Amino acid sequence: MIAMQRCRRGSKEAFELFVNKYMKQAYFIALGLVGNREDALDLSQEAFVRAYRNINHVKPGRGFFPWFYQILKNLCVSHLRRRRYRQASSLDSDDCPEVAAVADYFSPEVVADRGEMKDRVWQAIGKLDDKHREVIILRHFQDMSYEQMADALFCNMGTVTSRLYYARKRLKELLGAGKGGGINDVP
Amino acid sequence: MTCHDYKDLMMGYLDDELSAEQRGRFEEHLAGCGECAKELEEFKRLKAITDEVTLVEPEDRLWHDYWDNIYNRIERGLGWIVFSVAGILLIIYGGFKLIEELIKDPTVGFLLKAALLALIVGLAIMFVSVLRERVYFWRKDRYRDVRR
Repeated sequence: MIAMQRCRRGSKEAFELFVNKYMKQAYFIALGLVGNREDALDLSQEAFVRAYRNINHVKPGRGFFPWFYQILKNLCVSHLRRRRYRQASSLDSDDCPEVAAVADYFSPEVVADRGEMKDRVWQAIGKLDDKHREVIILRHFQDMSYEQMADALFCNMGTVTSRLYYARKRLKELLGAGKGGGINDVP
Repeated sequence: MTCHDYKDLMMGYLDDELSAEQRGRFEEHLAGCGECAKELEEFKRLKAITDEVTLVEPEDRLWHDYWDNIYNRIERGLGWIVFSVAGILLIIYGGFKLIEELIKDPTVGFLLKAALLALIVGLAIMFVSVLRERVYFWRKDRYRDVRR
C-alpha cells in the first residue's frame, strides 16, 4: 500500500518494486496469450509503461495486479487483432485466418523439455479462442485459484468455471482430432 | 439437475476448488452417471498432460535488463511529450509571426491578406466546431465511466 501511494506521487523506485514482483508473471502471461517470445517481452514491458502512466486510476484498496492484468490483456488482444488482420489480408478468404494467424505463432520452441504430446498441447492452446486460451494460461501456467482468476478477469467464479469447461472441452477436441492419437491414448 | 448443470462442479472437482458439501454432491452424481464419470476421466488426463507443459525460462540477462528497458521507455515518453509541446508552440509562434509580417507588409496585395484572414477564420471555426462536438459527446456519453 505504501509502495502504491509512492507510485501515485510518481516515484519510479516504488514502481520498480511492482515491476520486479510481477515481471515474470507478466511475461509468461503475454507469452501464453500471443505465443511469441519477442512480442511477449515487448507487450509485457509496454503494459508496465502504461501502468506507470495511469497508476492514479487504480482504485484505492484495490490490488495492483488485477488492474495491471487488464492493461496487459488489452494490449495482447489488440496485438493479436492487428496480427490477424495482417495475416487475413495476405491469406485466401477460403482459409481460416482467425485460427491460423494465432496458432502459427505458437511454436513448440518455447516449450521446456519438449515431447510430441507437449508440443501438440501447446499448439492446440494456440488454436483456442482468446478467452478460452486466457483461462487455460491463468489456471495451468500461472497456477491461479478460481478466486484470483475471477478477480483478474473481472467476472464471477461461475463464469470462470464455465469458461474453463468449454476451454478444456475444445482443447480435448483439438487434441483428439490431431495426428498421433488423442488424450485417451496417453497412459 | 441435468449433467450439463454439473459442469461447473466438475471443473471445481478437477481443480480441487470445491467445498466438502459440493464435493459430496458431485461424487453422489458421479456414482450414478457413467457419462459424467467418463468425461471427468478425460478431463483428468487432459489436465495431467497440460500441467506437464512448462515454458522455457528466458536468460537471466532478460530479467536483469527488464526494468532498465521500462525506465528508458518511460523517460523517452516524457521526452516525446516535451518535444511535441515545444514543436507545437514553435509552429504556432512561427505562424503568428509570419501572418503578422504579411499583414503589416504594404507590398502584399489586399487579396492575399483577405485570403489569409479567411483561412485563419475558417480554421478557427473548424477547431471550435470539433472541440464543441467532442465536449458534447463526452458529456452525453453514458458509458464514459465503464471500464473497457
